[in-house]
Amino acid sequence: MRTFRTSIIGTATDLLRALAFASLALVAHAAPYVPTDDATVLERLPVRPGDPVARELRQLRAELTANPRKRDTAVRLAERYFALASSEGDPRYVGYAQAALKPWWDLPAPPLDVLVMRAILKQYSHDFSGAMQDLEAATREDPKNARAWSWRAAIHMVQADYEKAREDCVALQKLESELYAVGCVAYLDGTTGKAAAAHRALSAVFARNADAPPEVKVWVLTRLAEMALRKGDVKQAEEHFRAAYSEPINDQFLLAAYADFLLDQGRPDEVIPLLVDWGKSDILLLRLALAEQALRAQKAREHIGALRSRFDAAALRGDKLHQQEEARFNLYLLGNKEKALALAQENWKLQREPRDARILLEAALAMKDPKAAQAALDWLERSGHEDPALRSTAEKLKALKR
Amino acid sequence: MKALLSALLLLVASPALAHKPSDSYLAIRVEGPNLSGQWDIALRDLDFAIGLDDSGDGDITWGEVKAHHADIAAYSLARLKLRSGEAECPARATEFLVDDHSDGAYSVMRFEARCPDEVTTLEIVYSLFADLDPQHRGLLRLEHGTGTRTAIFGPERATQSFELAKISALTQFVDYAREGVWHIWIGFDHILFLLSLLLPAVLVLEGGRWQAVARFPPAFWEVFKIVTSFTVAHSITLSLAALGVISLPSRLVESAIATSVVLAALNNVFPLVHGRRWMVAFAFGLIHGFGFASVLRDLGLPQGALLIALVGFNLGVEVGQLAIVSAFLPVAYGLRASWFYRRLVFVGGSIAIAAVAGIWLVERAFNMKIISP
Repeated sequence: MRTFRTSIIGTATDLLRALAFASLALVAHAAPYVPTDDATVLERLPVRPGDPVARELRQLRAELTANPRKRDTAVRLAERYFALASSEGDPRYVGYAQAALKPWWDLPAPPLDVLVMRAILKQYSHDFSGAMQDLEAATREDPKNARAWSWRAAIHMVQADYEKAREDCVALQKLESELYAVGCVAYLDGTTGKAAAAHRALSAVFARNADAPPEVKVWVLTRLAEMALRKGDVKQAEEHFRAAYSEPINDQFLLAAYADFLLDQGRPDEVIPLLVDWGKSDILLLRLALAEQALRAQKAREHIGALRSRFDAAALRGDKLHQQEEARFNLYLLGNKEKALALAQENWKLQREPRDARILLEAALAMKDPKAAQAALDWLERSGHEDPALRSTAEKLKALKR
Repeated sequence: MKALLSALLLLVASPALAHKPSDSYLAIRVEGPNLSGQWDIALRDLDFAIGLDDSGDGDITWGEVKAHHADIAAYSLARLKLRSGEAECPARATEFLVDDHSDGAYSVMRFEARCPDEVTTLEIVYSLFADLDPQHRGLLRLEHGTGTRTAIFGPERATQSFELAKISALTQFVDYAREGVWHIWIGFDHILFLLSLLLPAVLVLEGGRWQAVARFPPAFWEVFKIVTSFTVAHSITLSLAALGVISLPSRLVESAIATSVVLAALNNVFPLVHGRRWMVAFAFGLIHGFGFASVLRDLGLPQGALLIALVGFNLGVEVGQLAIVSAFLPVAYGLRASWFYRRLVFVGGSIAIAAVAGIWLVERAFNMKIISP
């Protein structure tokens, strides 16, 4: 048994160590332990070994181990892993996909199929310029490569380069079916000040394609909801969200957009049942915590802690993939306006979608610093983006300037 | 077909759904030629690399992990090279635990490595999962002396060198001085002992009654003598104990320290020794020095910089003491003539101190808990 003094000093020394550790977020949790029961389940694998997906992956991996330079196997394995990364939201699979392409990863001019796959993996890690280089090479080599054109459009949209995005959509029109070709242009128009026309065009083509698969329907309906909001029709937006939600698939992007809509409408109580089982996804946990905070629910504190430890872990690694969400977390859940603004500004350098503009405007308004959001104000001017929420925040910022 | 869709889907969700990517947490502490470390590796990653789920049910149990401990050690330690200069420092696993990080359960492996000589440059080559997941990162926390450094390992930065000798003598000195200040602050028994001796410094015993001193200089010199002799005394024993010349059982030392506080406080209420309180400070200061030494031992003394650490720590203790004294003296002098000071602070405070220290004494002498947390 330790005496009072040594125990106090021991505690203090431990405390200092703990603080040093905690600042690195290495032990923002309980200490290591030895489980007492062999049957204790420590971890559940996301893909069960008996699963057909797991079987296919095992088989492809075995083939590739036997012959690491077998290109079609490598690309197929990379495709499968990338699909898993998207559906599970787990970036580990992107690393596995990259490993499959290892013999070609550093080549200046790899074969076309590798080139496109490499671009897709690069953009996942937000290496947009590297990805675009590969995609430009791919469309030069094969101008009929719809996939490469699609990704070009996607990246140009993220970078708010709308002229180039339009060229990509035009190139796609000759290669893709009506729904996708119109979808591409409507997505662009809906972002750049023609929401009403885009909504009409996409609705019309959607009506002619009622047999589209559920994930396509969810995508179209979510976009329609966004366009409705931008033209100020809240009721129509909600109808679209509800229709998308009633499709028989889970889509985290839909849930995020729907939750944001409900939060904006001052209906946080409806967010809870929507997201209560989605704590594993950071972007949905953020929305759940925002709703809980608005309702002063007990769980808010726990979820804010969980989010904090996830952001800390990312920071430790030097990741900048989640600055937009982290800015929102800091602004609305921690009340750390300064950090929120810094993150939103940093994020804007890489990503310039409406959501990125919104958090930058809101953080700048909270700091009463219109200059800090000049880039987003310029974007709003140039793009003609109509979202009333963004517009009113921008007006308040401009009023501060005067 | 699906292509455009997946690209456009991504348009609205490019930051991904955001789990954490794969990281391992590597902590290494360097002491002379010895390295001790802890390596936290995600069970999911280990399963992908060497297969842990023997039952094939998708659940990884503690039993399955335990059965693979030798494999985990062999696989991971083969992918971590530790070098001191040109020499390899072979590592071996000593203990296995588990821990929960924000993204799931991790295997926690503790290990030790020994280099031929004292490490001045530590080179680390990290290649864990480099072939399986180029996005994997190893997050290093390197401790040496009282300094800590961090680094991130990945395929592009697989080999990194750390100059350890660069922890300068000055840094070390300042670090230990800071520890010294901290320990006088949280060492309540030292503070209470000092206060017991200082409380009467602004008073003078005349005809069996305490009177306020007339002028400041005598009070100041009284305090000066007490603090100096306490300092000299505990410096002597602190040095002797830290250098290993004398060693006393800690229970005896702690009990004696508590006794010193009781006696010093009671002496204010029932004066036995007066006029030569500096001698009391000196005598008991010798005992308190042994107490400081045990703190210094807990901190870990750097071989090769023993003197720096010792002097730094000691000076830190003095600075802490001076801070307490310079806060105490002006206030006490200002209040010395008041009833509040002479009855409540002086007598009441002394009794309270004696009572607390008395409880400590019982606790420490008989190894029991009364007020200890």
